[in-house]
Amino acid sequence: MEEDISVDAAIAGSYPEESEALPTRQHVTGFGFYVYLLSDGILFAALFAAFAVLRGATDGGPDGHALFSARNAFIETACLLTSSFTCGIAMLACDRRNRFMTLVGFLITAVLGVMFLTLEIREFSDLVARGAGPDRSAFLSSFFTLVSTHGIHVTCGLLWLAVLLVQFLGRGFTPAMMRRFLCFSLFWHVLDVVWIGIFTFVYLIGGYL
Amino acid sequence: MPLPNASKTILRVGAAMSCVWLAACHEGVLVPKGPVGAEEKQLLLEALIPMLMVITPIILLTLWFAWWFRAGNARAKYKPRWEYSGYVEFSIWMIPLLVILFLGSLAWVGAHQNDPYKPLASNRKPMTVDVVAMDWRWLFIYPDQGVASVNELAIPVGTPISLRLTSATVMNSFFVPQLGGQIYAMPGMETKLSLLADEPGNYRGLSAQFSGDGFSDMHFQVLATDDKAFNAWLDHVKAQGAALDDATYNQLVARHRTGNVVYYASIAQDLFTHAIDSATRRPVAVTASPAQAGVTLTAGPTER
Amino acid sequence: MFGKLTLQAIPFDQPIIMGTCLAIIIGILAILGLITYKRRWAWLWTEWLTTVDHKRIGIMYILLAAVMLLRGFSDAIMMRSQQALASANAQGFLPPEHYDQIFSAHGTIMIFFMAMPFVVGLMNFVMPLQIGARDVAFPVLNSISFWLTAAGALLINISLGVGEFARTGWLAYPPLSELPFSPGVGVDYYLWSLQISGVGTLLSGVNLVTTILKLRAPGMTLSRMPVFTWTALAANMLIIAAFPILTATFAMLLADRYLGMHFFTNDGGGNPMMYINLIWTWGHPEVYILILPAFGIFSEVIATFSRKPLFGYRSMVVATMVITLLAFTTWLHHFFTMGSGADVNGFFGITTMVIAIPTGVKIFNWLFTMYGGRVRFTSPVLWTIGFMVTFTIGGMTGVLLAVPPADFVLHNSLFLIAHFHNVIIGGVVFGCFAGLTYWFPKAFGFRLHEGLGKAAFWFWLVGFYLAFMPLYVLGFMGMTRRMNHYDDPAWLPYLLVAECGAVCILIGILLQIAQLVWSIRKRDQLRTNARDPWDGRTLEWSTTSPPPAYNFALLPKADTVDAFWEAKQEVAEPAEQAYESIEMPKNSWLGFAISFFAVLGGFGMIWHIFWMGVLSLLAIVALLGWYSWDEDDEYELTPYDIDRLERVTIHAG
Repeated sequence: MEEDISVDAAIAGSYPEESEALPTRQHVTGFGFYVYLLSDGILFAALFAAFAVLRGATDGGPDGHALFSARNAFIETACLLTSSFTCGIAMLACDRRNRFMTLVGFLITAVLGVMFLTLEIREFSDLVARGAGPDRSAFLSSFFTLVSTHGIHVTCGLLWLAVLLVQFLGRGFTPAMMRRFLCFSLFWHVLDVVWIGIFTFVYLIGGYL
Repeated sequence: MPLPNASKTILRVGAAMSCVWLAACHEGVLVPKGPVGAEEKQLLLEALIPMLMVITPIILLTLWFAWWFRAGNARAKYKPRWEYSGYVEFSIWMIPLLVILFLGSLAWVGAHQNDPYKPLASNRKPMTVDVVAMDWRWLFIYPDQGVASVNELAIPVGTPISLRLTSATVMNSFFVPQLGGQIYAMPGMETKLSLLADEPGNYRGLSAQFSGDGFSDMHFQVLATDDKAFNAWLDHVKAQGAALDDATYNQLVARHRTGNVVYYASIAQDLFTHAIDSATRRPVAVTASPAQAGVTLTAGPTER
Repeated sequence: MFGKLTLQAIPFDQPIIMGTCLAIIIGILAILGLITYKRRWAWLWTEWLTTVDHKRIGIMYILLAAVMLLRGFSDAIMMRSQQALASANAQGFLPPEHYDQIFSAHGTIMIFFMAMPFVVGLMNFVMPLQIGARDVAFPVLNSISFWLTAAGALLINISLGVGEFARTGWLAYPPLSELPFSPGVGVDYYLWSLQISGVGTLLSGVNLVTTILKLRAPGMTLSRMPVFTWTALAANMLIIAAFPILTATFAMLLADRYLGMHFFTNDGGGNPMMYINLIWTWGHPEVYILILPAFGIFSEVIATFSRKPLFGYRSMVVATMVITLLAFTTWLHHFFTMGSGADVNGFFGITTMVIAIPTGVKIFNWLFTMYGGRVRFTSPVLWTIGFMVTFTIGGMTGVLLAVPPADFVLHNSLFLIAHFHNVIIGGVVFGCFAGLTYWFPKAFGFRLHEGLGKAAFWFWLVGFYLAFMPLYVLGFMGMTRRMNHYDDPAWLPYLLVAECGAVCILIGILLQIAQLVWSIRKRDQLRTNARDPWDGRTLEWSTTSPPPAYNFALLPKADTVDAFWEAKQEVAEPAEQAYESIEMPKNSWLGFAISFFAVLGGFGMIWHIFWMGVLSLLAIVALLGWYSWDEDDEYELTPYDIDRLERVTIHAG
């Protein structure tokens, strides 16, 4: 290995600032991706703001109390949180160069992600069937846009993971693979954080309070 | 002698420019005809003059420093390492800070004193006028007098006017430069503005927010008159106008064009509420094709 | 099959549009013919289209900006001519439905495709050299960013000949930009081209922030960073924080227009005021994204040509960062007239004015940099002094507009137009031209002709004052923006003077073109001392002009802000140091290919040719996947290679 590929070191930013040496590519990529994720967070912040503004704008249609099922959202949350956990396990296995555990960890992550998406799509189609589609009211427009933007992120993450896993099977722990796994795991954890926001503000506060 | 010639030319151009300037000054926001506009003009000058007093020396210093410290000037002292001075740094933060402290309080107090929602102090009872912006005309509803007019706002001098504004289509901004104040008229919403005319006269009113192809012709006349003339105007409107009920109103909104003055002798109950509600109820269909709209100024059959 | 696209979309009956399109098509064909004739296709592909070198990408950004400046300026001169002709019930030569497209396109193009690429291009070219880096952090991503910006620019210009552009103003306020009021493809051209280029800008922001924070030369702590790099850092942090808001806002408007949603519609509970709030929480920081790098350029220029360090470096940095933070607290001053109430208006009036404090400090800092200096009046300095005078006036009128009651009578008037042209032309455009003249020799190894540059400056300066001072007066007279025609003959003299100003600026632009052509033809005379033509202070002047692909054969060290200047003061023998191998990024076709499909996909979505949109998106995903298969994206330059290359460049001067 030509580079320091400790994931922990990269995340913790243990690169000494005063050192004369330039940071490794792993470190730079991880940092850059992290900066990108900050901007993604702001995208979601704008959508959350829109939801907050339009929450009451139901135009005589159904509101969150009438529509949201806490049970469904709770199972979705469980799927996603567990997937984040298994993703973390896979990254630990990466650090120890444990090929099998890496693969298993990421596969479970992917399966949980697919389960989450299935539940979300089922919820959406159910809402549309009840006449509460995104064109019904401003409230529903903002709900569908916020939640499906997260859903699209999850879909992209799953596609990305699929490509990564195929590549991983072919070439193992190369520096490039390590960089990509690092970025993927950051991405996946941030999606989790965003989802916790959605669960709290949309489903709990929007549906019950 | 080229120099005197040049300065003569400059003088002449300057004189011509100031003539145009003076000639132009019979209207606009610097010639207010009511207390709102007058106060806003006053604030404008109160903010402008201190700032001019600060920026004029800065501009002169800029030019003077650049010239005096030019590379060829042996008399100017060269200080190749001078990059910090505590006194100077302190002053350059304090000067703008003090100016902004003054202007900031001006802005805060001004924003409160000139709040367009605040009723105007007057010993006369305010008159309510409801304003609806359309593509691309202004409808003025006089709920207490029971009349309405398009593109003509008649008001009695000395009486505070409480305007309630909305839009039947897109966003517009109601603006009478010589009376001051400006406020958006937005669909499905109500904004408020208080105005008062001190002097009789005809003032230009317009939309200041671009609203589509017919925007440039979306202006109206404000007729500020004494009470007698205003009552005569009311009688005139009642004598010759048609009735404006909800259905007529909907037809008026659907017709996308600029137009002349129209009077309505009677109005439906709660027409303004209807205007607010109907703007949000359904998408307003565009009836005129975009190419025709805006250029055609011909009035429709119900319009004069 | 082709959605809404039919042959009727091409306005054959409009002689102005058809003539312009014909000229553009002939121009493009001529360029393509020339490339073919000179057998330069392979060169174009390997040296430019697929390059990931930050310097070349920077140059391409600036080229794009220059072309778009011509487009935006043509719009401007048409608007000025229309208003000069359309007095007192005359209708002028442009009907409203055409004129409305022109002012919308002028604003959109000048901000997104002229000012942005110019500023981003300068940051791209200069910043890595200034911090002693070999390239940006993600060179391929940089190429993608550029090509996405170019894709947006191409799409917006297609609207000239196919269909129409938005007739809504440059920020497309709903409900006017919603389907019931803008059923045509104009708003869709606007939205898709800005979405595509916006993604490019965002990625570029991520890239440049990472570069500045992670790839500085050894010894260059944050407190030793040149001021231009500081302002680049601030601008790119603002990009990262502001552009996602723009993307989200446009996505919501797109959802309204394509999926029948109700974010900003009149019906369904939509809230148009939310759009106006959201767009300005992007829009106001955008102003600082443009002006802060310009401040950086002026700081470099004024220090270099005064032969002094910048006065008050720490104040300058603090002021920059204060502006960066405050940029997000002022958006509401764009709509004091919405009726938000006195407390809200007063608050935002004050926050707006507070920004004038750090800005004022900067003006004083430049002033005191000249104090005790040896100012050489080169054209970059002329642009800088022209800026200091002009921008001070623009800043004053800006503070005036921040007093809410004053804004009540000046909002949306020509006073406002004069104000923001005063700060954008006087600040951003002058800054870009100063930067262009200043760093041109670094990029190409020869200077630009000074005489023509100075002449261009004077025409621009006089033209600016002639064109915009009358607009201040017209604002006081109650003339609003975006008027196609008007019936008050008293406005005409001022508009005629403004037209003369526009012609002056046109002469300025023609002189700049002449300057470029003349300088290229006589480049051998202008090569003297190209490595460090201005007696520079910062690291970019320590390498050859043009710099090698790897920028520095030996990474420089920075012990002070003016590292190169300090190094020049010591007449020490250069220590013999052995070259080390350099990992260089390989060229990549990815950016160009993604951009190709982005144009196709955008065009498909605009015209409701949905299969084309979907296929293009899939193609982009496939390209990304395919590209990721090749891990071998770098090549190595051995010390032997570097030695050989260095000998060649030193010979070339």
